[in-house]
Amino acid sequence: MMEWETVIGLEIHTQLATQSKIFSGAPTAYGAPPNSQACAVDLGLPGVLPVLNKEVVNMAIKFGLAIEAQIAPRSIFARKNYFYPDLPKGYQISQYELPIVEQGKLAIRLEDGSEKIIGVTRAHLEEDAGKSLHEDYHGMTGIDLNRAGTPLLEIVSEPDMRSAEEAVAYMKKIHALVRYLGISDGNMQEGSFRCDANVSVRPRGQIEFGTRSELKNINSFRFVERAINFEVERQIDLLEAGGEVIQETRLYDADRDETRSMRSKEEAMDYRYFPDPDLLPVEITSEHIESIRATLPELPEAKKDRFISDYGLKAEDAVILTASREMADYFEAVVESSGEAKLAANWVIGELAGYLNREDIAIGDSPITAGMLAGVIKRISDNTISGKIAKDVFDAMWNGEGDADTIIEQKGLKQITDTGELEAIVDKVIADNPEQVEQFRAGKEKVLGFFVGQCMKATGGKGNPAQLNQMLRDKLGK
Amino acid sequence: MHDKTLAELARDLNSGTYSSEELTRHYLERIASHDSQLNSYITAATDAALVRARAADEQRAAGEAGPLTGIPLAHKDIFCTDGLKTSCGSKMLDNFIAPYDATVVSRLNEAGMVTLGKTNMDEFAMGSSNETSFYGPVKNPWDTGTVPGGSSGGSAAAVAARLAPAATGTDTGGSIRQPAALCGVTGLKPTYGRVSRYGMIAFASSLDQAGPLTQTAEDAALLLNAMAGFDPRDSTSLDRAVPDYSAGLGADLTGLKIGLIKEHFDPGLDGGVADAVDAALAEYKKLGAEVVEISLPNTHLSVPAYYVVAPAECSSNLSRFDGVRFGYRCENPTDLADLYKRSRGEAFGPEVKRRIMVGTYALSAGYYDAYYIKAQQARRLIRDDFVRAFESVDVIMGPTAPSPAFKLGEKADDPITMYLSDIYTIAANLAGLPAMSVPAGFVNNLPVGLQIIGNYFDEARLLNVAHRYQEVTDWHQRIPSGFE
Repeated sequence: MMEWETVIGLEIHTQLATQSKIFSGAPTAYGAPPNSQACAVDLGLPGVLPVLNKEVVNMAIKFGLAIEAQIAPRSIFARKNYFYPDLPKGYQISQYELPIVEQGKLAIRLEDGSEKIIGVTRAHLEEDAGKSLHEDYHGMTGIDLNRAGTPLLEIVSEPDMRSAEEAVAYMKKIHALVRYLGISDGNMQEGSFRCDANVSVRPRGQIEFGTRSELKNINSFRFVERAINFEVERQIDLLEAGGEVIQETRLYDADRDETRSMRSKEEAMDYRYFPDPDLLPVEITSEHIESIRATLPELPEAKKDRFISDYGLKAEDAVILTASREMADYFEAVVESSGEAKLAANWVIGELAGYLNREDIAIGDSPITAGMLAGVIKRISDNTISGKIAKDVFDAMWNGEGDADTIIEQKGLKQITDTGELEAIVDKVIADNPEQVEQFRAGKEKVLGFFVGQCMKATGGKGNPAQLNQMLRDKLGK
Repeated sequence: MHDKTLAELARDLNSGTYSSEELTRHYLERIASHDSQLNSYITAATDAALVRARAADEQRAAGEAGPLTGIPLAHKDIFCTDGLKTSCGSKMLDNFIAPYDATVVSRLNEAGMVTLGKTNMDEFAMGSSNETSFYGPVKNPWDTGTVPGGSSGGSAAAVAARLAPAATGTDTGGSIRQPAALCGVTGLKPTYGRVSRYGMIAFASSLDQAGPLTQTAEDAALLLNAMAGFDPRDSTSLDRAVPDYSAGLGADLTGLKIGLIKEHFDPGLDGGVADAVDAALAEYKKLGAEVVEISLPNTHLSVPAYYVVAPAECSSNLSRFDGVRFGYRCENPTDLADLYKRSRGEAFGPEVKRRIMVGTYALSAGYYDAYYIKAQQARRLIRDDFVRAFESVDVIMGPTAPSPAFKLGEKADDPITMYLSDIYTIAANLAGLPAMSVPAGFVNNLPVGLQIIGNYFDEARLLNVAHRYQEVTDWHQRIPSGFE
């Protein structure tokens, strides 16, 4: 049986978070009524001309610096010519021969904890097209040009990835990066972050690439993984059956979990790229690049290293906490107000992430704010409640029952610290379980856990496990 | 009143000889009575023009009149005009009313000028005879059996016949200068980037430039004062101060160095035109100028380079006319491809289709390097020729067109011969230089133009050189019979 190797390159389109469009003053906000955010320039009316929004250039520079790429001192906008109803001018303004960003790189972390460097061939600026609306038009097609002219940064990787998992890790890394940089909201439901995947397979050991297919317009991490895996299997099956992969564009259908052909290489369009005579070359001085560099926020790698050194976190925890800027900021806010870095890390990675995942909520929308989580952590560290009770408090906070202190107060969850009260409970538990007492005294240390559990149960969880442990040892040891 | 220049009309309006409303009404009446012979207008503004004229009169009464307040003019139908049809000479835009004014139009409106209407033109400015217009050919007022030149043929004919005291035009390969020459008026194509292209329907974006067609260089200066300047809506317009073009008129020409383009006196040049140019140069010598022969060795590349670059850009610029959002849409399209094919097929004329096909071919994979890149290289050589020439001369002169107006239909079926009508004008567009055509005599009772090319942003000198010539000649004052 032949062993196959997968080769993947990604083209990621990320919408830049500018107030206005790339070549017009129209706003870019999502979800407005159709064609309410398209001005004469976006509609491609006769006689209108594009004027470059300088902010997109600065955003592209930020991205380039973050991936240690070369920023072109001179880049050119070109026209990509094709007809489509949602492309008002009959051409898309993009960059072709001289893109603004070239030759960057990015490290991804693999499941075994090792790192891999993925090359970024180029990143270029372009305008988005509008949308064709096929529903609710009685068999006709509606055109919404609100999105036309929205700025995009297209980030093209080298064919450096060898599995769907690596592709997802890379895509997540780029996603986190553009959000760290504040150049995109990365909203995948709204199409602000989407990708095309170039996928091929080759016999392991072969130098040349196999024939690739291009999977279009995938807008979630899960779909990227599924689409690639489906496509890899399809290509291997085809080759093993003696067939050939043809170079083509394929569409991933999430409902059916399959890819299907859109057009072959023969049908591929000739876009007739040429420099756009309406726009001047973009010239960027090294002084300007340095001024942008000075505004860069702390990037994930640097933040991770700082979390390890400043907070004494384990490397794997630091990686998780810096995976997104929002999570890192949340974590730091919890640390700042609780003063407990390790507890904060455990709670953010454990309980909070669990709840967020379960209900598919972004950390920015968490019903438990960083201040609230810090509140419960403070009560753990000052022994007001046990870690176990804290989980109940957390659950109550999640359900909107107030902050930690209110819940502890209202539900009477305060830990019992009165030694007399606890002693009575301990004595009762010992008296009720003579068999286990015998076992413990015969040297079966594990039974101590049973006693602690019984005592906790008797206190309704409000006992301090460490305190109970000590009291039990003292009494049983007699 | 219609025999007056802009400068004279301004004086009469200021002295109260007549009002802007009377003046505007007079021109509208002339258009109504005379234009059926010429077909120089596609749309006349009528009521809207009178409203603006009355507003201008009020402005004058309030003491707020500028040098152009209340003076009527016509716009080539390539400039978008808010509320007034902008057809670009095409069936494609026969139903198109722009929701905004081109920058040129809004600047002239702000100067208080009154729009008389929109002038006829070759379809999408593609043509040298005004015969490609969807609205029918324009006739040359000097001989209605001949063409007025193109593509700004309607503007040139209207000014020549005094159906407008002045008009705007656009020049991509000679579209202001060649019709100015053939109709006996003064035409100026400014430096590329001097005048905003916003709202001017694009033909070939890297070559298109708007400019005035007037009776005199003095009037051209007045209009350029209002038209020129940086426009934040046009990235290719230059942020550079605009001088007062009227202020420099009358300066002495003693010592002016005129370069005469050797290559333009070729066998294709009509003998009568050559004689007229010689006679004009003799006048300049009398004015103290010195004439030296210069060579532009790459000038023969102009027409071939132009007919790659201009169609390439137009093939892309005209893609927006797809029947989806505005303009012509075919009836009952069966699917998307049918919508595109028939809307474009039914609404574009043959010359526009020819250029779209040539341009599409030139940009295609496998041909791009051989055509488009090569043409851009030729363009650089042509520009370098001029840069070198301007190291030793102040202005460059030659004929504007190889012959006077030709007969309607004479070249209509022969695109290559037609393209050669612009053989002397195209180089200035490829190089981005300012250039003028001024009336310089007659051959067989048809006007002949002298072309004057200036250095970058040297419009002030160009206008003065033309003005001094017009002070000692009267070719520009002649009015075709039947239009006096």
